[in-house]
Amino acid sequence: MSLRRLTLLAAGLTLAWLGVAAADSKDALLNVSYDPTREFYVEFNKAFAKKWEAETGRALTVRQSHGGSGKQARSVIDGLDADIVTLALGYDIDAIADAGLLPKDWQSRLPNNSAPYTSTIVFLVKKGNPKGIKDWNDLVKPGVQVITPNPKTSGGARWNYLAAWAYALQANGGDETKAKEFVSQLLKNVPVLDSGARGSTVTFTQREIGDVLLAWENEAYLSLQEFGADKFEIVVPSLSILAEPPVAVVDKVVDRKGTRKVAEAYLQFLYTREGQEIAAKNYYRPRLPELATQYAGRFADVKLVTIDQFGGWRAAQEKHFSDGGVFDQIFQKGR
Amino acid sequence: MVAAADSDGALAGKGGAVTVRAPIPLFRKPSVIPGFGLTLGFTLTYLSFIVLIPLAALILRSSSLGWGGFWSAVTTPRVIAAFEVSFGLSFAAALTNAVFGFLVAWVLVRYDFPGKRLVDALVDLPFALPTAVAGIALSALYAPNGWLGKPLNELFGLKVAFTPLGIAIALTFIGLPFVVRTVQPILQDLPAEEEEAAASLGASRFQTFRSVILPAVLPALVTGFALSFARGVGEYGSVIFIAGNMPGLTEIVPLLIVIKLEQYDYAGAAAVGTAMLGVSFLMLLILNLLQQWMRSRHAR
Repeated sequence: MSLRRLTLLAAGLTLAWLGVAAADSKDALLNVSYDPTREFYVEFNKAFAKKWEAETGRALTVRQSHGGSGKQARSVIDGLDADIVTLALGYDIDAIADAGLLPKDWQSRLPNNSAPYTSTIVFLVKKGNPKGIKDWNDLVKPGVQVITPNPKTSGGARWNYLAAWAYALQANGGDETKAKEFVSQLLKNVPVLDSGARGSTVTFTQREIGDVLLAWENEAYLSLQEFGADKFEIVVPSLSILAEPPVAVVDKVVDRKGTRKVAEAYLQFLYTREGQEIAAKNYYRPRLPELATQYAGRFADVKLVTIDQFGGWRAAQEKHFSDGGVFDQIFQKGR
Repeated sequence: MVAAADSDGALAGKGGAVTVRAPIPLFRKPSVIPGFGLTLGFTLTYLSFIVLIPLAALILRSSSLGWGGFWSAVTTPRVIAAFEVSFGLSFAAALTNAVFGFLVAWVLVRYDFPGKRLVDALVDLPFALPTAVAGIALSALYAPNGWLGKPLNELFGLKVAFTPLGIAIALTFIGLPFVVRTVQPILQDLPAEEEEAAASLGASRFQTFRSVILPAVLPALVTGFALSFARGVGEYGSVIFIAGNMPGLTEIVPLLIVIKLEQYDYAGAAAVGTAMLGVSFLMLLILNLLQQWMRSRHAR
């Protein structure tokens, strides 16, 4: 083939690709999310596309992107065309707002702090619970190995850490020094800090390292489903944290792509009975009261503290996870 | 660097190369690719876009911290510990590769055996394999319940995965081809007659190795070592799964950069990256000078 022909062919292909891409951008959404929501959104997207097509007569494709919550937020800041973000922490969407992609008051635009479903942190242990782990104070005992991801890189791990902190505060009558000691003792029992929640799940379930995995409730149930209830069991501590993974439309992107309507409908669908039901089936705690009672047997009754107890995400991040914060201090002295 | 070592070694080995080695007038020498101005211009532009501009952007980004901020960002105990881990273990891995990579190259050049081509191809595998895949495979193998990790732990009480040893193994794995592929052509061009001559003059095997083989191979070996070392320092994918990532213990510099990015601390990440670049550059420079010195000694 001559060079000229090759060039022509390349140009033709590029044009065709541009054409496809342009046609594609009409009713296509990109949902940028974190690791453990993969299975949930596969099911949810199918249901929403069906409803959208029934209502508007337009076909819809929803693409999904999963990874560590912070990394995902950074990709969006750096130009990944996300119509919707569904992340593990409000803090990560705050960072996107700081970059000017959506207004700073994004969290008040949807009900329940823009968190349509919640979750919490539970323990996954080996079948029969050989180390007899019942509550947080069992995790600081010598010889117990705890698996949790690195709070610096994983949103889920930050929930884990704060849940332990909240327990320690409660057990010690609000004494911060003692809480720090407790968490530092707990972290001493951690042999591997994976960078994300899925990594930790693999370390615990497949590499068989550690006695207990601190995990998202839905991730723990998925592990049971995947590996069978004959290998692992779930232990619910006396106190945990109410994890509220928030969702938001990325204004800058939807306005440029002309997808605002469908993107907003997508998020609102999360709050409908059907959306809530899919969330509940995937072990996310639904917000809708009647579904909460219907699926009550599925979720353990546990005392939950909220992020507000820490003064919100920005304050918690600043105090615990920023450079020189409590987490760094714990690792700086004596390991 | 590799090319220089290759051609130099190759030319030194062949008698007919004298004309090429004569001093070359800078502009008069007719060349296959036309236009010195054009080619140099292209080279500089190309290098700028691929190497210089990205690196300059990195340094520029970290410069927003100011000198004081830069210094305090790269001298926290945690960063220093990560530097020790990254550079120390890369050095150890490169050293291991220098010794055993040399052996592999020797066997591939000097002996014939069935399946030799297969082994030869295997050497390149660490180049081709996505590093994350390598990392997952290595950590599965060396984990306390893995095929290799379990017997090692039970027989010798040796823990590999999630310790510095695991990092060293991952870095050795990805660095091996550099040593083999730089040393191999030199060994190939080393005439066996020189060894025979040494033997006929009564040299012992060790003397032959020390005075005949090693001097000829050493510059290439150092090049391979330097490449393997540089690769190890920047390696992320294969290490991250086997490292355990404990701050101050098994945390590598590239992970620290990712952690800083995760906190939206772009300037801090760039600062650590710049420091890493600086140290790497310095070490490569030293190795390069060392190599030149050795080569001039050998030529004498």
